[in-house]
Amino acid sequence: MQIYLPIAEMSVSVFLLLGLGGAVGFLSGLFGVGGGFLMTPLLIFIGVPPAVAVATEANQIVAASVSGVVAHWRRGNVDFRMGAVLLAGGLAGSGFGVWLYSLLRGIGQLDLVIALAYVVFLGIIGTLMLVESVRTTLRLRHGAGGRKLHQHIWLHGLPFKLRFRKSKLYISALLPLGVGFFVGILSAIMGVGGGFVMVPAMIYLLGMPTIVVVGTSLFQIIFVTANVTFLQAVTNQTVDVLLAVVLLTGGVIGAQIGSRYSGRLPAEHLRGLLALIVIAVCLKLVFDLVTVPDDLYFLGRPGVG
Amino acid sequence: MKALAKPLALAMVLMAAALVWGLQLAGPGATPARAAAPLVADLSQHLVAITTGFTGTEVLLFGAIEGGGDVVVVVRGPNRRETVRRKTRLAGIWVNGAEMSFEGVPAFYWVGASRDLDAIIAGPVRLRHGIGADQLRFKTVGEKPVDLAQFRKALVRNKRRLGLYGREVGKVSFLGLRLFRTRVYFPANVPTGTYKVEVYLFRDGAVASAQTTPLIISKIGLGAEVYDFAHREAAIYGIIAIIIALSAGLLVGVLFRKI
Repeated sequence: MQIYLPIAEMSVSVFLLLGLGGAVGFLSGLFGVGGGFLMTPLLIFIGVPPAVAVATEANQIVAASVSGVVAHWRRGNVDFRMGAVLLAGGLAGSGFGVWLYSLLRGIGQLDLVIALAYVVFLGIIGTLMLVESVRTTLRLRHGAGGRKLHQHIWLHGLPFKLRFRKSKLYISALLPLGVGFFVGILSAIMGVGGGFVMVPAMIYLLGMPTIVVVGTSLFQIIFVTANVTFLQAVTNQTVDVLLAVVLLTGGVIGAQIGSRYSGRLPAEHLRGLLALIVIAVCLKLVFDLVTVPDDLYFLGRPGVG
Repeated sequence: MKALAKPLALAMVLMAAALVWGLQLAGPGATPARAAAPLVADLSQHLVAITTGFTGTEVLLFGAIEGGGDVVVVVRGPNRRETVRRKTRLAGIWVNGAEMSFEGVPAFYWVGASRDLDAIIAGPVRLRHGIGADQLRFKTVGEKPVDLAQFRKALVRNKRRLGLYGREVGKVSFLGLRLFRTRVYFPANVPTGTYKVEVYLFRDGAVASAQTTPLIISKIGLGAEVYDFAHREAAIYGIIAIIIALSAGLLVGVLFRKI
């Protein structure tokens, strides 16, 4: 059954979309990740214009994050004070990101920047995860243990120090502001929540306790992606609500199934598996950038990257 | 008096003409009135609605000619501005390089003929009427690059790949000597707007008669409303998109807690 997407202006099989949503939802339930960084490239692969894919994904992530944050909130795993500071940075960053997005779209280089951003981030994260996974597996096998507790680094000593009781931290507010700003830009340009950057940054850079990290990042992601959705709708009219709803439906079902399976596989293997998927998507993007196009000339509507 | 003379004379002539015409109709064995129109044609539908389930559609064009000749059908989409971009290699990756814009490019273009086009019409006539995708005249915007011809060819080639320009001349088939029909296919990605369907009757390489019928292609239903709303009330659309996402997320959060 075909469905016509009004903003993407294309006809796609509704089952393909549900399947994509379900598959990515399954992975996000299994691994506890947002899935935006997988969904956006997949949408581009099936022919959705990158500009629409990015803006629509931001909209879908709002929904995914809300359902996630409810559970964390109930368990008291959200540091609202830290979330608010991250959010302030995130709102500024996403505003700047959408401005940059429109600028790149105007000069016809948006698609390229989206693809390059994905190659860089998926490449780095996929490799890091793979290395970590292999290392943990080996360490477990050799029986060696021990994990570093969080250390204070010079960045924590910057001015405007704030106390974050829930995270048991007394650090400069500039640090979470900066992290939020950077993730906000990524959110606007790549159509991701940015959890894959923010979570490591919160653990290793800010030194937050792992238990509050996911809930707090989800809290921030809701508002930043909502902001991106709004700004994209106003400036570029590239948010496809219909596409978002269909993906969401598939995603919800997939995530429920995925989370049920997540307890049955060892964590290191899961991470290794996710790393391989991330690297595969990255390689496909690289392949598309490097191979000689079928036709060197192509049509672009004026002002559409 | 002089001012009145002209209209009066005109009225007299008209009355005389009407009289003759009336006599002809009444007279036995009079030629039917439609003999005056050597070509009549119509479409099976004048509106193509792009609904949520739209996957492309076929429109039937049919008609009749009087006194022989060849039929050529040209379907033109609304004129638009199109930009052609060329990819160039930069440090091993393909990036968007030079670009060239054309004005007056039909969004859709299709030609059908009852015979081989070259056998029906000579080159100059085709150029004058813009019959055949290679005969289209596009206005260039801005500076003309050296390789303008490359860009022009690429424009038509890309349109063909998208299924918006016919790859080859379609077949107009005759049923007997007078009735003809042809089918025009509009793909799922067909641009919206008012199309012109031109039907030409050619005799001895010249246009003996021509008729133009409009065809409207527009988005109808939910999809159309969503598109319109997204462009007209962008801010409200954005807020609604967020509300839908928030409520869907909350609903899911509540629903699956119980299970």
